[in-house]
Amino acid sequence: MPLLEVKDLKTYFSTGDGVVKAVDGVSFSVDKGETLGIVGESGSGKSVTCLTIMGLNARRNTMSMGQALFNGEDLLTASQARLREIRGNDIAMIFQDPMTSLNPVHTVGTQLIEAVTLHRDVPKKEARARALELLKQVGIPRAERRIDDYPHQFSGGMRQRVMIAMALINNPELLIADEPTTALDVTTQAQILALIEKLQADYNSAVIMITHDLGVIAEIADDVVVMYAAEVAEKGPVERIFRSPHHPYTWGLMGSLPRLDTDVDRLAQIQGQPPSLLRPPAGCRFHPRCPYVMDVCRKVDPELAPVGDDRRHLQACHLDEETKEREAARLLGAFSTEASAAP
Amino acid sequence: MIRYIIRRLIWAVALFLTVTLIGFVLFYLIPADPAKFACGRACTPDMVKKVAHYLGTDRPVYVQYGKFLGRIMPVSFHGGFHLKSPNLGRSFVNRQSVDYTIGQAAPETASLVLGGLVIWMLIALPIGILSALRPRSLLDRVSMTGVLVGISTHPVWLGLMASWLIGYKLHITPIAGYANFFHPLFAQPGGPIQWAYHLILPWITFAILFAAVYVRMIRANVMETMNEDYVRTARAKGAPEARVMRVHILRNALLPVVTMLGMDVGLALGGAIFTEQVYSINGLGYQTIQALNNYDSPTVLGILVFVCTSVIVMNLLVDLVYAWIDPRIRLS
Repeated sequence: MPLLEVKDLKTYFSTGDGVVKAVDGVSFSVDKGETLGIVGESGSGKSVTCLTIMGLNARRNTMSMGQALFNGEDLLTASQARLREIRGNDIAMIFQDPMTSLNPVHTVGTQLIEAVTLHRDVPKKEARARALELLKQVGIPRAERRIDDYPHQFSGGMRQRVMIAMALINNPELLIADEPTTALDVTTQAQILALIEKLQADYNSAVIMITHDLGVIAEIADDVVVMYAAEVAEKGPVERIFRSPHHPYTWGLMGSLPRLDTDVDRLAQIQGQPPSLLRPPAGCRFHPRCPYVMDVCRKVDPELAPVGDDRRHLQACHLDEETKEREAARLLGAFSTEASAAP
Repeated sequence: MIRYIIRRLIWAVALFLTVTLIGFVLFYLIPADPAKFACGRACTPDMVKKVAHYLGTDRPVYVQYGKFLGRIMPVSFHGGFHLKSPNLGRSFVNRQSVDYTIGQAAPETASLVLGGLVIWMLIALPIGILSALRPRSLLDRVSMTGVLVGISTHPVWLGLMASWLIGYKLHITPIAGYANFFHPLFAQPGGPIQWAYHLILPWITFAILFAAVYVRMIRANVMETMNEDYVRTARAKGAPEARVMRVHILRNALLPVVTMLGMDVGLALGGAIFTEQVYSINGLGYQTIQALNNYDSPTVLGILVFVCTSVIVMNLLVDLVYAWIDPRIRLS
């Protein structure tokens, strides 16, 4: 049984202007110890999906449907008390901006200890010792002194390490990382990713990594879910997605990556803007921006279907198999000299 | 830290001198002769001149100001350098020591202001927090309307209405007057219970305007803090709502309230003039008005000195307290 199984998840927010369908039929699963990458543009619904799983959306004007089965238990129907038991304990989440994610008027130690004592009935000394241990594991130098410092005395990278420490302090089975490195510079990014990978191995946690950066996905993900406009465009194992992408959006994403081995004046862009989730386009949501758009795309929203015989690799596009293979090959051929285009 | 305090003290002295100098000059510019007023209508110009000389008002402004400063200083150079107690002079009108006048009036104003402060915080905190938790609910709309009414209603009108309705018509509280906390003065009620009993209506009148302002501010601060990322982190850790509110939200949202409280108290100690007038409380505000009407410069300036000092002290205290409770400031 997978650790987390999300089935047809939908989250709708009713606003003054209408109903915003932030997540509209998303399904995926995560196995114990493996890493799932969720990639997409801003506003594609990646964060809201995970906030819905954790039950962290505002309760007013929010409707969630579908299932999020964690070890068989549906989190969407669980009680608030049960969710509080799970949060920070079995499932932990870290967020994008480390500069504002820690309470500025409490020490780092206090906040780490809080994470422990919320879920374990241990004396404060023990909790503090555990906090110290985690701070050392995430690589905070002179942890004994730093544990009593306030967040503003740490740099951005250090604060994110503290957040990771806080998330892993209770050995969660699943860590959800919502763009943990977006607000950090590239070298710090590399360090943080390496840290997450190492701790994942140490604690045998599963990780859901939300990002808009394909480089991060290539680095650490085992499986990938590509989201567009609140739906899943394509999903599958990471090698399949990178070697043989089967959706025009994925091609667009890959094509817009800057490369060291080519020399271009302008990066390839996906023309157009992400659609409004208040009134999404009819039919396939990507059709206004798709260079391969056909008539059927404007009317019918494609379902997720397997690529050939591979049941793990799914995509939602009306294009025929042949065209997709050809385009995927062309794209990758433009990239590497290996030209390993065949699926 | 020490350098900070010294800087603040120097600034305080400069502020003090500026305020008192301006007050002095303004008084000097008023086209009325305090000596003539003190002397009375029946005085001849000769007698007025004698009174002016006695009071010292025939001297140039800078001499008068210099004497004023000399009186306030705790040291004296007269006949050698020695310490002396600072005093604020004597009233032009009744030769009563200004120190004494302030000593009588200040406790009454303090009773009004400090009691009012407790009441306004008791009103503003729960209403502000609950309104922030349930925006656009019935409670929220009612309290925001109440805020508008509270800010718009003039304390004099409110005081008179309250005094008439509750004091006169319903006989629930006294109509006006002040009762001494410690012992009854001649022909007046006294003791703690009478003190509180006489102050209920003044407290509420005084508090309503401040409560309205604070409800708005607390509501805005709490609503803003509720959207902060670290509140989301606390929930993601599995903290129950009560804890999130107490440890994370309020601890941050109410920091600015501390600053405002300090400043407002400093200002209000200067004399809750309207409330004192309506309820005939002989506080500092009341005394100021009397003294102004009598062109009684020493009394007005004496009260000015007192208020200036209390505002400066309160502001300094507030800064120190704030530095203590906000680690971002303390450690920078």
